[in-house]
Amino acid sequence: MAGVTYDNVTKKYGDVTALKNLSLEIYDREFLVLVGPSGCGKSTALRCLAGLEEITEGEIRIGDRVVNDVPPKDRDIAMVFQSYALYPHMSVYDNMAFGLKLRKTPKDEINRRVHEAAQILGIEPYLDRKPKALSGGQRQRVALGRALVREPSVFLLDEPLSNLDAKLRVQTRAEITKLHKKLATTFIYVTHDQVEAMTMADRIAVMKDGVLQQVASPQELYDHPVNLFVAGFIGSPAMNFFNGTLTGDANEMYVDTGAFRLRLSDETAKKVNAYLGKSVVLGVRPEDVHSPEFLPTDVLGAAIHARVELTEMMGSEIYVYMVAGEDQNFIGRIDPRAKYTMGQEVEVVFNLDSIHLFDQDTEKALL
Amino acid sequence: MKKTHNRGYKFSQYVLPQIILLAYTVLALFPIVLIIQNSLKTRKAIFKAPLTPPLPGTFSLEGYQTVFERSNFQLYFVNSLVVTVVSILLVLFLGAMAAYALAEYKFPGNTLLGLYLALGIMIPIRLGTVSILRLVVSMGLIDTLTALILVYSAQGLPLTIFVLQQFMQQVPRELKEAARIDGASEYRIFGLVLPLVRPAVATVAVFVMIPIWNDLWFPLILAPGEKTRTVTYGAQQFLGQFVSDWNAVLSSLTLAMIPILLLYILFSRQLIRGITAGAVK
Repeated sequence: MAGVTYDNVTKKYGDVTALKNLSLEIYDREFLVLVGPSGCGKSTALRCLAGLEEITEGEIRIGDRVVNDVPPKDRDIAMVFQSYALYPHMSVYDNMAFGLKLRKTPKDEINRRVHEAAQILGIEPYLDRKPKALSGGQRQRVALGRALVREPSVFLLDEPLSNLDAKLRVQTRAEITKLHKKLATTFIYVTHDQVEAMTMADRIAVMKDGVLQQVASPQELYDHPVNLFVAGFIGSPAMNFFNGTLTGDANEMYVDTGAFRLRLSDETAKKVNAYLGKSVVLGVRPEDVHSPEFLPTDVLGAAIHARVELTEMMGSEIYVYMVAGEDQNFIGRIDPRAKYTMGQEVEVVFNLDSIHLFDQDTEKALL
Repeated sequence: MKKTHNRGYKFSQYVLPQIILLAYTVLALFPIVLIIQNSLKTRKAIFKAPLTPPLPGTFSLEGYQTVFERSNFQLYFVNSLVVTVVSILLVLFLGAMAAYALAEYKFPGNTLLGLYLALGIMIPIRLGTVSILRLVVSMGLIDTLTALILVYSAQGLPLTIFVLQQFMQQVPRELKEAARIDGASEYRIFGLVLPLVRPAVATVAVFVMIPIWNDLWFPLILAPGEKTRTVTYGAQQFLGQFVSDWNAVLSSLTLAMIPILLLYILFSRQLIRGITAGAVK
C-alpha cells in the first residue's frame, strides 16, 4: 500500500518530449485514471512508473521511496498490459505463479495465492490450460490474476479492456472497480476511453501532448473543465463549441456568435465582466440543449433558432444534429417525445446555468 | 492421387498447380531415387539399365558389403554426426543469443553490428580457406574434429543471427516487459523468448545442418586423416581416378542421406511454419 508521486517528471525520446514536467500526486488506495488521446504521454507516464522507461528529469516516488533507479521488479508494482502479455507456452497456473517462483516464494504460499486469485477472478477451472485455449475475456482475467498474486502496493493497468468486445468491456469494467474496492490498493489505470475513465475513477488525470491538463474527480471534471481540451474530451457526445464575442454591458451581457445572441445570467456576467468585448468560446453540453415543450421547470433557458440536420433515436433520448445560422453545428440530447424531423426549423433552449465560457486565445475556462 | 470428376473445377486454378508441383517433385526426387535403387543392384545392371528398379535377377547388396567391409564407415558416421550436431548446437546457442541482443537492446552501432554479422551470408567462407588452413595449422588443430566444428560454426552463424533477429523482433515487447516486471533476469527472458521462435530455430537448424553434413571441402583440407574422416569424404574413396566402385559409392551415398532425411522429416512441420511465418498471418 502506497501512494505515488510524480515530481516534475520529464521524458524525452531524442528530440521528442513525451512527458513535460509532470507533477502528480496519487493517493494511497486511490483509483486514478490517466486519460487522453493516443500519443498524449499517458502510457509513457505509466511505463516510467513501472521502470520500463528511464525518466529524463524529475523524480518518481512510490510511497516515500525514490524509484528513479530501482529496477522494475523491485518497485513493488504489478502491471496489466493491453495485449495481456501472457507467456504462451505456460499454463494459466504457471503464468500466475511465474513472478512468485522467481521471488523464491514457498510452494504452498504460491499455491494458496494463485488459487485465491483464480477464485476471485473465476478462472479456477482453467488453471491447467494454455493461454491460447482461452477466450479474450479469460486471458484478460489471467493477466489480472498474474498481477493480483504478486500483492503489489500499486497496480498499473495499461488499457486492459481495449481488446475486449463492447459487452465484455462493460462487464469487466465493473469487475475491476469491485476488485479495487476489495483489495484497497492503489490502482493507476491508463485508457483513451473517457467512458472508462468516468465510470471507474476516483480521480481522473487528463493529459494532452505530454502535459497534464487537469486532475479532478469525474464529476468535477465534467462540470468544471479547466480548458477547451478537457471540455471537449470528457463527455459523449462532446460539448458543443461556438466562437463568439462578449457584448453589451455589465448589466446586460451577451455572447454573440453571429448565428445567435445569448443573454448571460447576471451571475455569469459578473464573473466574466473583465472579458467584455473580447473573443470567447461558448460551450454547451448536448444535454443542456432542450426542446421548449419538454423543458425542465428549474432551467433558466435561452431560446435559439436552428435547423435540424439529422436525428438519431437512442430510445431514452434523441441525438439531434442541428445548425444555427450558417454553419454553427451542434448536437442536442433531447427528450424523445419531441418529434423532430430532418430539415425542420426549430427552437431549442440552452440551459444558461450550465454553459461554459473559454478564452479564445488561452483556451482556459472563464467561469 | 485422387481424381476429380467435378466439371466446375477450374483447370488453371486447381489442376495446373498440381501438375507443376508434381513435375517439380519428380525432378527433385529423381537423382535420389536413382541413387537408392542403383545402390541395390549388381554392377552390371547399374551400367546396363540404370533407370530400372532392382529386379530379382539384378538385386544385390554387394555395394553395402564393400562399404562396411572395406572402409571404416561406422567411424565416418560418428564423425559426421559429432561434427554436425556440435556445430548446430553451437550455432544455435551463440546465434540465438547474439540475435536476442541485437533485437532487444538498443545500443550505438546496433545496426552496423547486425549488418557486419549478416555479411557472412553473402561472402562464402571458402574464400578464406587458405587463411583458415594456416590458422588451424598454427593452432595445432589439423586432423581434428574441433577444427571442422569451429569452421562450421563460423559458417552457420551469419544466417542464424540474421533470421533469428528478425523473428525475435516480432516477439511482442510487452511479453518481455511483463517478464521484467515479474522479476525475470535477462537470461530468463531469453529463455522465454526462445520457445516462441521455435519454428525459426528449426528452419535455421535445417538450413545450417545440410551444408555441414554434405561438405567435402573442409574435411578434405582440414581433416583428411582416416580417424577424422566424415561420411561425405568417406564416400569419395570409392571414386578412383581410373576405376570407380559404383556399387560402393551409391551405397555409401544412400547411407549418408538417411540421417539428414530423418532430421528433415522431424523438423519439416516447424520448417514450413518458419518459412511461411510473416508471409501468411
